[in-house]
Amino acid sequence: MNALRKHVIQPIIDCWSLLVGLKITGKYFCKPLITVHYPRQVIDDENLTTYGGHVELIGKPKDPAMPKCISCMMCVTNCPSGCLKVVKQKVEKPTPEQEQAWKEAEERGEKVVKPKAPKNPAKFVYDYTLCSLCGTCIDNCPAKSLKFSNNIYWVATSRKEMKIDLLARLKGQATDLSAPAPKTEAKPAAAEKEA
Amino acid sequence: MNEFIQNLIPVVIAVVGSMVWLGINALVLVYCERKFAGHIQRRPGPFEVGPHGVLQTLIDGLKLMGKQLLTPDNADGFLYWLAPILSMIPVLLLFMPIPYGPVLTGMQVNLGLLLILAFSSFNGLAVILAGWASNNKWGVLGAARAVAQTVAYEIPLLLTVLAIAFMTGTLDLTEITAQQAGHIGNWFIWKQPLAFIIFLIAMFGETNRAPFDLAEAESELTAGFHTEYSSMGFGLFFMAEYGYMVVICSVCSVLFLGGFHGPIPGIEGWWWMLAKTYALLFLMIWARWTFPRVRFDQLLNINWKWLLPLATFNLLATALIMKL
Repeated sequence: MNALRKHVIQPIIDCWSLLVGLKITGKYFCKPLITVHYPRQVIDDENLTTYGGHVELIGKPKDPAMPKCISCMMCVTNCPSGCLKVVKQKVEKPTPEQEQAWKEAEERGEKVVKPKAPKNPAKFVYDYTLCSLCGTCIDNCPAKSLKFSNNIYWVATSRKEMKIDLLARLKGQATDLSAPAPKTEAKPAAAEKEA
Repeated sequence: MNEFIQNLIPVVIAVVGSMVWLGINALVLVYCERKFAGHIQRRPGPFEVGPHGVLQTLIDGLKLMGKQLLTPDNADGFLYWLAPILSMIPVLLLFMPIPYGPVLTGMQVNLGLLLILAFSSFNGLAVILAGWASNNKWGVLGAARAVAQTVAYEIPLLLTVLAIAFMTGTLDLTEITAQQAGHIGNWFIWKQPLAFIIFLIAMFGETNRAPFDLAEAESELTAGFHTEYSSMGFGLFFMAEYGYMVVICSVCSVLFLGGFHGPIPGIEGWWWMLAKTYALLFLMIWARWTFPRVRFDQLLNINWKWLLPLATFNLLATALIMKL
């Protein structure tokens, strides 16, 4: 009797699962599409914010064209792919008159305040062809000056184009605040169903 | 001589009609299949060529025709190119005895059912030849699987058809349709529900369709028996597969779903046949994108341990009831 149940009755009952499967795919068939027809539709804002694109700089709240970056080189030392290149700003060479003034001041026993190099970087070049998007630079940035961009529609046709000058990009974003993310005229895709 | 020509004309018309019908169906079904698969996976499927991608299969067909016909090294050239032709040609013949409408019947053959069963077996032969002649290990494996599968699934299919033949006392598809005239209650699906289910399952096995597409099994055997075929060699196999699908679904609707008779008395016509055939075809497509492929021993177990005993039992029960 047990054998009968195991080998005959149970398989027949299990056939029900076939109908369950058909029901599931049938249900999905009737649901709206979740893919985006790119040239005609664009990603909606909710999905755009969660997209992690290439690395980019964050500007200072008061001066969006100037990065928060302090040129500490933490990102460069931590990057496993070596895709970041940061050049520190150099101290301005003092003029002969200034040097003379400092010398005289030191001789008089006064304290001399020599100008320090500005903290913000002179160059911040990022090679996307090497980046593995691991986010180590972002996690290690003490000034919180790096983030993943949501530049989702970026296309490059050569390797050269994939090397981005992040400072120039930040400047461009700051001057063009009205359109922070590249958006086309097409309507957002939010659950739009194709008939 | 005059009489010969008079007899020949309807046959020629029927063959040409079958060719057109097959071509249209292949285009439409491939499109439907890809759309169906897309929507089940919640993506649009073909979309770019023509409005909603309707011209995609046409363009794909042109692309196939434009490709080079390659014969692999050490392949048996004759058998290699015979196989796709052998797969394709019988399909045209299979449409002849199927009554698509009261008038729309290619040729009334009093052994129509037998003709269809006999000539559809050519596909098995074609698959074996293709796999063997292409001198490719995937091809041979696919062919070996196809042999075991088609031989196995032919038997329950035959037994269910035989049960219908017992009931109606004829192998003429037009006559079988006529006996289901009237309302929906006269359809043989109510008298032979078990046979219908067995036929439905064996249908997938006979046409090498997922979940029983072991002869192709793209994830295991790349493409099985048609791995080496390029251009229209593959195209013919592809068209033949859809052709056999249409044939077997048409036969199923004739045997069990009343053919061109509607559910209500009085209205009959080819549109019923078309609707039923396409409903079954969509069921086949739906099943393909739902069920995973079975393992080969499971495939044969389903047949030998379930379908065959059930079909035999069904046949004996039918015979007993007919005798009483």
